[in-house]
Amino acid sequence: MEFFGGIQFFLLLILIFVPAVILGVLEKPLQKYRTAASALVIVLVLWPNRGQLISFAAFFLLEFVLIRCYLSLRRQQGEERSTALYRLFLAGSLLPLVLSKLSEAGLGFEIGLFQFLGISYLTFRSLQMIIEIYDGIIKDVRWLDFADFLLLFSTFSCGPIDRSRRYLKDAANPPDRQEYLELVGDGLLRLLAGVIYKFILAILAHKGVVFFQDPQSLLEYIGYSYCYGVYLFFDFAGYSAMAIGTSYILGIKAPENFCKPFVSIDIKEFWNRWHMTLSFWFRDFLFSRFMMMAIKGKWFSSRLTGASVGFLVNMAVMGAWHGLALNYLLYGLYHGLLLACTEIYQKKSVFYKKHKKERWYRLVSWFITLNLVMFGFLLFSGALV
Amino acid sequence: MEEKVLDLLEEICEDDVVREDGDINLFEEELLDSLAFTELLVAIEEQFGIIISPSEVERTDVETPNKIIALIRARS
Repeated sequence: MEFFGGIQFFLLLILIFVPAVILGVLEKPLQKYRTAASALVIVLVLWPNRGQLISFAAFFLLEFVLIRCYLSLRRQQGEERSTALYRLFLAGSLLPLVLSKLSEAGLGFEIGLFQFLGISYLTFRSLQMIIEIYDGIIKDVRWLDFADFLLLFSTFSCGPIDRSRRYLKDAANPPDRQEYLELVGDGLLRLLAGVIYKFILAILAHKGVVFFQDPQSLLEYIGYSYCYGVYLFFDFAGYSAMAIGTSYILGIKAPENFCKPFVSIDIKEFWNRWHMTLSFWFRDFLFSRFMMMAIKGKWFSSRLTGASVGFLVNMAVMGAWHGLALNYLLYGLYHGLLLACTEIYQKKSVFYKKHKKERWYRLVSWFITLNLVMFGFLLFSGALV
Repeated sequence: MEEKVLDLLEEICEDDVVREDGDINLFEEELLDSLAFTELLVAIEEQFGIIISPSEVERTDVETPNKIIALIRARS
């Protein structure tokens, strides 16, 4: 059984929804039930692969211990927070993911220790908590809250990537009956839309990907990129919609992950519309912090140079997060470069400032952006390298 | 304080419209993007000694000059 794949999973989903809806309609808190249900589903999905299940349990305990230890140390520090200690815990929290990515890359370095489904996404959630404990925004981490937030099965393996403070607000303030029923209605619609996206539209688009397999001419490459891009969108946006819909029914208003990415006028807008929770995570926890350090430390001569380096670093790390293979690394660098060039162009070009609001300009800009995005997917797919 | 914040915004947004319209949406009008927002956070920390981390506030909490002023006032 896999998450949101196959009839078994969907039957299980219905079984899990029944008590949730009863509790929700009776205006009882859902948190304990949700956490137990998540643990059950994760165990059932990972059961055939017992090694993964043990890795996952080890990861969960390690992250919890790290977060609790850091929290109590950080509380003692008050205003005088230690950056070195923070970085140590950050590294500790990141270590399982790094080990898993290195092993995956097949560099002759094999520690299969933390290779389990979902580690990439779970790491974001625990890192976010460590970072916000350092910031002094997270002041307490309860065991049940942590388990509920980290384990939510609908977003376990693929996102959307929620934030703990937002999530726990939902958990602490269960909706009243009317609100909950609306949430269930919306959730069912999202779930259905996700099923249509992932199991009908993505599969249709995939026929095109197969048709253009092993492209030879330019035209075939174009056909392949477009089909692959459209396939990726329906597959991933469909999965996200199913995950969001399921979360709603479990009482969590999970954040959106896609918003019409292919209407974007420039690459910056694209990243505000494509895999939004991932790019916003990188924006808030990597890009912004890198830029703040750079500005304070006066690392770069101009703000434009700083921003360009910031975009490159940000997207390179995002590429590496997908996997330490050449195609993902190039994909990250490519988007970093595009963002940097867009920033320089939009800040410097008189032509841009003069015409950016005109209809023809927006149309041309949209067309160029769409093709740049599709070329990015071609890189990502691994068909080029 | 208000004057200092407006000076800051004018410099970062490179537009004096921030003075004229306190309720202008800085993100929608493309006066503030993630990069300029970061600069604003650093400037607030340096000038007012108030540390606001990038993930702490929602975009909707800081989208107008008046909201930014209110946030700094609440923190000082």
